[in-house]
Amino acid sequence: MLAFIVRRTLWMLMVMFAISLLVFLIFFHTPGIDPARQMAGRNPTPQTIAAIKQEFGLNKPLPEQYVLMMNHLFISRDLVSYTNRGLKVLPQIEAAAPVTFSLVLGAAVLWIFGSIIIGVSAAVLRGTIWDPLLMVVALIGISAPVFWVGEVANMLTQSKFHSSPLFSWVPPLGYTSFSSDPAMWAKHLIIPWITLAILYIGFYGRVLRSSLIESQSEDYIRTARAKGLSERRVLFRHSLRTSMITFISLFGLDFGALVGGGALLTEVVFGLPGVGYLTYNSLSNLDLPVIMGTVVYGAFFIVLANALVDVGYAFLDPRIRPT
Amino acid sequence: MAEVATAPEAGQLATADSPQIAGKSPWGLAWRRLRRDRAAIAALIVFVLIVVTSFAAPLYANHIAHTDPFQSNVDGTITQNGKKVSVLQTNALGIGVTPIGPTWHSQYFLGADSQGRDVMARLLYGGRASLLIGIGSALIACLLAAIVGLVAGFFGGLIDSILSRLMDVIWAFPVYLLAICISTVLLVKGLQVGPVGVNPNSLWLPTIIIGVVYVPYVARPIRGQVLSVREKEYVEAAIAQGASNLRLIFSDVLPNVVTVVIVLLPLMIANTILTEAALSFLSIGVRPPNASWGTIIGDGQELLYVRPWVSIAPGIMILLTVLSLNVLGDGVRDALDPRAKLRVEGDGS
Amino acid sequence: MTDSDQPPLLEVNNLRVSFRTEDGLVRAVDGISFTLRKGEVLGIVGESGSGKSVSMMSVMRLIIDPNAVFEGEVIYKGRDLMKLSQDEMRDIRGKEIAMIFQDPMTSLNPVYRVGWQIAEQIRNHEDVSKREAGSRAIELLRAVGIPKPELRVNDYPHQFSGGMRQRVMIAMGLSCNPDLLIADEPTTALDVTIQAQILELIRRLKSEFGSAIVMITHDLGVVADIADRVVVMYSGRVVEQSEKREIFYNPQHPYTWGLLGSIARLDRPKPPRLTAIPGTPPSLIDLPTGCNFAPRCRFRFDQCGIEDPPLVDKVGDGHLDACLLPVDGRASQREAVINPGMAESA
Repeated sequence: MLAFIVRRTLWMLMVMFAISLLVFLIFFHTPGIDPARQMAGRNPTPQTIAAIKQEFGLNKPLPEQYVLMMNHLFISRDLVSYTNRGLKVLPQIEAAAPVTFSLVLGAAVLWIFGSIIIGVSAAVLRGTIWDPLLMVVALIGISAPVFWVGEVANMLTQSKFHSSPLFSWVPPLGYTSFSSDPAMWAKHLIIPWITLAILYIGFYGRVLRSSLIESQSEDYIRTARAKGLSERRVLFRHSLRTSMITFISLFGLDFGALVGGGALLTEVVFGLPGVGYLTYNSLSNLDLPVIMGTVVYGAFFIVLANALVDVGYAFLDPRIRPT
Repeated sequence: MAEVATAPEAGQLATADSPQIAGKSPWGLAWRRLRRDRAAIAALIVFVLIVVTSFAAPLYANHIAHTDPFQSNVDGTITQNGKKVSVLQTNALGIGVTPIGPTWHSQYFLGADSQGRDVMARLLYGGRASLLIGIGSALIACLLAAIVGLVAGFFGGLIDSILSRLMDVIWAFPVYLLAICISTVLLVKGLQVGPVGVNPNSLWLPTIIIGVVYVPYVARPIRGQVLSVREKEYVEAAIAQGASNLRLIFSDVLPNVVTVVIVLLPLMIANTILTEAALSFLSIGVRPPNASWGTIIGDGQELLYVRPWVSIAPGIMILLTVLSLNVLGDGVRDALDPRAKLRVEGDGS
Repeated sequence: MTDSDQPPLLEVNNLRVSFRTEDGLVRAVDGISFTLRKGEVLGIVGESGSGKSVSMMSVMRLIIDPNAVFEGEVIYKGRDLMKLSQDEMRDIRGKEIAMIFQDPMTSLNPVYRVGWQIAEQIRNHEDVSKREAGSRAIELLRAVGIPKPELRVNDYPHQFSGGMRQRVMIAMGLSCNPDLLIADEPTTALDVTIQAQILELIRRLKSEFGSAIVMITHDLGVVADIADRVVVMYSGRVVEQSEKREIFYNPQHPYTWGLLGSIARLDRPKPPRLTAIPGTPPSLIDLPTGCNFAPRCRFRFDQCGIEDPPLVDKVGDGHLDACLLPVDGRASQREAVINPGMAESA
């Protein structure tokens, strides 16, 4: 067990190193790009450029630059945003994280329930008209660009039907923290939750349905029926239980990616100041320190989620447990 | 030790009584199955229609709408119900202008955008760009992934390890974020690799970026196929018989790889279209003066509450296109891998 | 009515099972009939595709393919199972009729403990507490010969070896004391020594529990060991059916001869060659006119390709066979197949 944990941790560090290196190379060393000029913004003076070069050690060899950057990020923790001088990167990320968490957590709850309902119903109702209907609905969920759904939702709730009782409670775009006003916090997030969940309900509903249908031809399901168990029990206790293994692993990976900043589009469309929003802003401004910070933060979560999924897998499937 | 031998009369099997089952090639069988899948055929037709109308954009712009969708038309006017109406109208409050809404006629069918341009015409041109980028990047991804997958699967060992780790790392990054990062950087000055340069405003840039980002997604199944074919016993036997059988191996590996690519292609195009739309929406995909469905949605943001059609229409087009590709992809997959559907109980014994 | 004339436990009358596919109608089972009494063992022998599994799965009404078409009767304790609702069948499945399958690794749910799976079956049919079901599970494991059952009851299927897993399946099958146990190739996936142990176990349980058994197999050795009566199937049809001794010492159908000729036997002089049956079974969609086996039969004559040979008793004593060959010539024809070259090597 200990060996497993050690190996996993090493792997995590290696991936984080690789990702941070990759991003570093992209931003600092793509051929034809001069990072100092990028960071200096519009119409920089030669002094500004020289100052940037100094601070980031851009005159030094590549490995040193990378180490310097990592140092600022992790050790001295004083990485400073370039477009907002004086604003430290890490506190910005810390402030943005709860917003992203709130968004993703709420959407996740919705999409887990939604996809189980759709997936199970479609599998059970196979052969009737409901199965293809539900699957078309799921497909539409996958096929609509999430930012467009968000825009349409905004249009409906903020403008077109805002005066109707259906949507009059929807506040203007923005975010309120849970601790200051829970009711408002929820009101800000309900429409974003639904928007983000639609995409994943579609995807997971389909995954679950095909997993359940595939399990119907498994031998142990045949045995369960031969035991005289009711169809409901066979479905929930046997089919679903084994299908959940894949479901939960995929879920873990997606959740990790979203928390790490993958909900960028939703945050931008709904004006939620989360990590994704921060990433996007920093990209538009080419605020490289913030970019590095958010990307490494995101990578950490993705890698953590991967590791947790592996552990969870062992928990769910006794065949993989180390004896 | 008794030997097993066949009875002397074995040669005379009554062929009159046991009719031949005509051998059908796997491609023929698959095509037959696909033809019977009505949903997939309908989806294919829808997709083809969208492609055709999008590529007919110049025809529409010139002959029906009589407009240049890339030219601002801030002072333009059109005739509506006999009266001359300006394309951008002053607001009731006197602050700012509002473009006209959908006329549902040949000119300004869906209305005008904030620059006075014909939204419907831009929609068709945008479709052309989105489809070109979508299909192009999917093909690039498949081509590069095939190379990577073949090399990794074939040579194995260290090369395989390195390539697989590389793919894993690239894939660890959420696709959109990686695409966004690379686009941000490259869109400033374009890409210069040795003598080959790509203009930052060209459609090639997003095509290449999106194509590269999706390589790990396709490379993994391809590599898997190559490995499983390589391990089949008869291939081992062929290798044992002499290395000139490299060609024989190719004739076995290649069809399998092609199958994987065909199954993945519609889904890949669906994904790349969505990715391009997102990038363009964020202004780091297609650049003005070019238009794509994503940019038009972005353009329509400021008009969202007054002229929602500007944003809604391109989204509907994306939805239809991606939906039809998904349905088609399902159909292709079912046709080529019937195990998922026709698994009868065991072998009928 | 004498004692031995108890009504049969199971009576299958002309059961037919077909599947509609996009290529045509697959006749998987084309009319099988037999009776089974309490305590009897019936062996059903045939190659893959002969219809042996499909017929017994149909008896259990386990085939839920919407493209399946069933005809015929299956009378169990006076009720026609083909006419019962699925709810009524569920009362019977696992409790009165139990079925065990070929591959115990995939036939047991990998994520649940073995004891839990056995207890699930018990509690599904009987109103007992979890504790009691659990202790019964332990006793069942002990009865099938699993050492340290109190500990093993909490193990997962993958923690058992193949033979042990099959014992677990048997324990599970017998958990509610069924009157009929259907075993679908229970030893095929196991090695020969384990096979012998499992058969010994089944034989012992038969005498202890008194259940009737249907043993499906492609291995005549298994049949010789344990069966009382035998049904031989070929491409969906019954070609021969009789008491065990008759099948081995007086087989009437060329297919049975082929099967017997292809095994080496310790009780006979070693033949210089074993005979394999040439050719392959026909497609179940495009069955030949007349006898299904004719294309591969070296004794076929014209009538074989025209008339479906009826399954009739020609030899007496309930020994049925479906062959048009005249009975008197069969003995020498049989020798030619089963002991070829004996004359030459003399």
